[in-house]
Amino acid sequence: MFDNLSEKLGGILDRLTRRGALTEADVDAAMREVRRALLEADVALDVVRGFTEKVREQAIGATVVKSVTPGQMVVKIVHDQLIATLGADGQTIDLNAPAPVPIMMVGLQGSGKTTTTAKLARRLTSRDKRKVLMASLDVYRPAAMEQLAVLGRDLEIQTLPIVAGQKPAQIARRALEAAKLGGYDVVLLDTAGRTTLDEEMMTEAAEIKAAANPHEVLLVADSLTGQDAVNLARSFDQRVGLTGIVLTRIDGDGRGGAALSMREVTGKPIKLLGTGEKTDALEDFHPDRIAGRILGMGDVVSLVEKAAAHIDAEKAARVAEKMRKGQFDLNDMREQLQQMAKMGGIGGLMGMMPGIAKIKNQIAAAGIDDHILKRQMAIIDSMTRQERKHPDILKASRKKRIAAGAGQKVEDINKLLKMHRNMADMMKMMGSGKRGPMAGIAQAMGFGGGMPSPEQMKAMAEKMPKGADGLPQLPKDLPAGLRTGLPNLPGLTGLSGKPTLPGLGGFPGFGKKK
Amino acid sequence: MNDSNPEQPKQSWWRRLSSGLKRTSSSIGSAVADLVIRRKLDRAMLEDIEDVLLRADLGTDVAAKIAAAVGHGRYDKSISADEVKAVVAAEVEKVLAPVAMPLAIDAAQKPFVILVVGVNGSGKTTTIGKLASRFAAEGRKVMLAAGDTFRAAAIEQLKVWGERTGAPVIARAQGSDSAGLAFDAITAAKTAATDVLLIDTAGRLQNKAELMNELEKVVRVIKKVDASAPHAVLLVLDATVGQNALSQVEAFHRIAGVTGLVMTKLDGTARGGILVALSQKYKLPVHFIGVGEGVDDLAPFTAPDFAKAIAGIES
Ligand SMILES: Nc1nc2c(ncn2[C@@H]2O[C@H](COP(=O)(O)OP(=O)(O)OP(=O)(O)O)[C@@H](O)[C@H]2O)c(=O)[nH]1
Ligand SMILES: Nc1nc2c(ncn2[C@@H]2O[C@H](COP(=O)(O)OP(=O)(O)OP(=O)(O)O)[C@@H](O)[C@H]2O)c(=O)[nH]1
Ligand SMILES: [Mg+2]
Ligand SMILES: [Mg+2]
Repeated sequence: MFDNLSEKLGGILDRLTRRGALTEADVDAAMREVRRALLEADVALDVVRGFTEKVREQAIGATVVKSVTPGQMVVKIVHDQLIATLGADGQTIDLNAPAPVPIMMVGLQGSGKTTTTAKLARRLTSRDKRKVLMASLDVYRPAAMEQLAVLGRDLEIQTLPIVAGQKPAQIARRALEAAKLGGYDVVLLDTAGRTTLDEEMMTEAAEIKAAANPHEVLLVADSLTGQDAVNLARSFDQRVGLTGIVLTRIDGDGRGGAALSMREVTGKPIKLLGTGEKTDALEDFHPDRIAGRILGMGDVVSLVEKAAAHIDAEKAARVAEKMRKGQFDLNDMREQLQQMAKMGGIGGLMGMMPGIAKIKNQIAAAGIDDHILKRQMAIIDSMTRQERKHPDILKASRKKRIAAGAGQKVEDINKLLKMHRNMADMMKMMGSGKRGPMAGIAQAMGFGGGMPSPEQMKAMAEKMPKGADGLPQLPKDLPAGLRTGLPNLPGLTGLSGKPTLPGLGGFPGFGKKK
Repeated sequence: MNDSNPEQPKQSWWRRLSSGLKRTSSSIGSAVADLVIRRKLDRAMLEDIEDVLLRADLGTDVAAKIAAAVGHGRYDKSISADEVKAVVAAEVEKVLAPVAMPLAIDAAQKPFVILVVGVNGSGKTTTIGKLASRFAAEGRKVMLAAGDTFRAAAIEQLKVWGERTGAPVIARAQGSDSAGLAFDAITAAKTAATDVLLIDTAGRLQNKAELMNELEKVVRVIKKVDASAPHAVLLVLDATVGQNALSQVEAFHRIAGVTGLVMTKLDGTARGGILVALSQKYKLPVHFIGVGEGVDDLAPFTAPDFAKAIAGIES
């Protein structure tokens, strides 16, 4: 499958003239790939059309800077246009209305309305210090009201008492009344899921809106949605009238093209992102993240933030120092494995890294998964302190003892040791390396700018064990740790192993600090 | 909605599919009809056909393939709108026919254990309710297991379905181990001479290693009680999902050994065309479709009908 638009475009355009303006023919060839890339990212066809037309207009005649390939140039234009279409950040829930401020959630069945209601209530309560009342208007789905009640109980946020037999619009009125009497700041109205073809239910939604006069009407939609995104967003906007969009399941590995579709057909801002099942998994929307995803460049910003949240900077610095000196022992390796596990395992990391679909497939094919992390940690745990510090002393009898202790085979111990040797070698290479294009990430990860150049990466890849006998090259470098906040990440060309982009400093939004 | 209106005469799911389709301006039916009264099948027409397939979520590769197949041998010939639709439907049907298979319950397995898996909110619990009702109507003794011990009120939701269908529900408190619950349920089902045990699971995104490991453990524990179980592992897919369904099927198949698919929410505007791509790639049986929230809104998956719906043919 399509992985990285820049590589694809590189293939098409880089054979062309490197100087002067892009011709119409160049651009048309590129646009076919852009269209395909967007479709595979689930952007709706009609939105793709308008979008590629805009990109085309900008690209024809655009002067290609000498140091930039035409492919890079087009990716940059696509990326900027994505950001422009997705809209600015900072559009968040507006509470600027007389209390109690009603907020209504709508959406298809199972999109995440109830969970998002609870998440928003939690944020408004704990961060914004508002007194929040939640009410479920879902009189249809089994246990829908109980679901909100349970969430409210867990969060210690009030829910409107359930009264059997009331219609949704009546419940909305009752909720507002109760909120007024109880001195609440905000009333969140969770509604039943509905398909846009269900006339009765769409009419009901309009009635609820008329009864509650909500200050915000949020469409809660699944970020994994395909082409239907345009229908659903348009219908809800026409029939109920939206003020914003919440995209859920951003924690999935979908490409998120629905964000572009919904934003484009409604013109309504994306206000929040749901990033997990728990009630704290709610984030503000940043167009550069979604743009990076749609382009298949990975969610680098998220990766770095996640790393920052999970990694003990001091430990990381210590490990990095040891790496540079080539003193990477099994204790250090265990720490690395642990960090990886904390960051959501191999899958979680891989999902966020750009341009590594191939490695990901190799891992899947080799049957490497997160069990291996745990098994390898178990092996190290069965060693003595001495053994961990000096793996060289591990001879047959010791290996047998460790294998028994960890419930594994001697063979597994050997694999682990081989992997450790490879890692240690690689660390040494990094320590002595010149600054490659990945220097930014490297710094972020605590390597102090010693990340390898593409050529070194290649050399390392050859050193790495093939197949199932070890982890692939990527994950083990990642969690080495962050020293300081957000790094200066390089452009995606650096990540795909192409020359850096001197002309385009803060390329695809990665370079900027948020 | 069905639940609130039980006395309303039931339309067949097919009627509802096609009436839904009529109102979707971007469906292949109207698009093709507008485009071809009777004209030559040329490159432009094939591109239009490809576009309407793309709008149904078939994905770029499969849409191109089917459009090419439609053009094969017909290029430059004069063709009517109805003919185009029929050919598109026939080509889609070719892909789907081999995977349209009923879910066979082996009566020798007592209980016949069905594990239901999928991403969050796809319709697992509801589908279990619908299946329980169907099996009970076939005269089978059904039991449900509330294996979603994570989500708020997931257990209560399944219990309501148990009441509706008369099936006992095995449950533990929220937060308990789902593999342990599965173990309990199979043991209870054996004792009660149950014919079919339907095990619900929590929704999980396929890229979450930890949650997928947990699912793997559920399967492992089930096998401990009965090495031949689970006898069916159903992956429930939401019709609105786009290309991510490919990765859902891949991961759930790898981790939980999915044996068949159910596609829900086909009563909305989404066409579920990703099933065509899935059929081509994974060839997993497709058993049922969900066409509403009511207990009877489950229909067997039939390739000609689904293909016609994608091509916009009304019957
Ligand atoms: N991974 C993930 N799961 C989510 C997210 N938001 C909601 N969910 C899950 O999605 C499923 C459906 O969520 P609900 O909040 O019940 O959805 P709903 O729209 O209220 O559903 P109905 O009321 O049945 O229409 C649950 O399993 C939630 O835990 C998210 O951002 N990420
Ligand atoms: N319109 C329609 N709605 C459906 C269909 N199947 C399920 N639903 C609705 O979709 C929503 C989610 O269904 P659930 O059965 O709770 O989904 P789930 O997969 O169990 O969700 P989690 O357990 O939270 O992951 C509910 O509102 C259901 O009523 C269908 O075929 N058509
Ligand atoms: Mg709900
Ligand atoms: Mg469920």
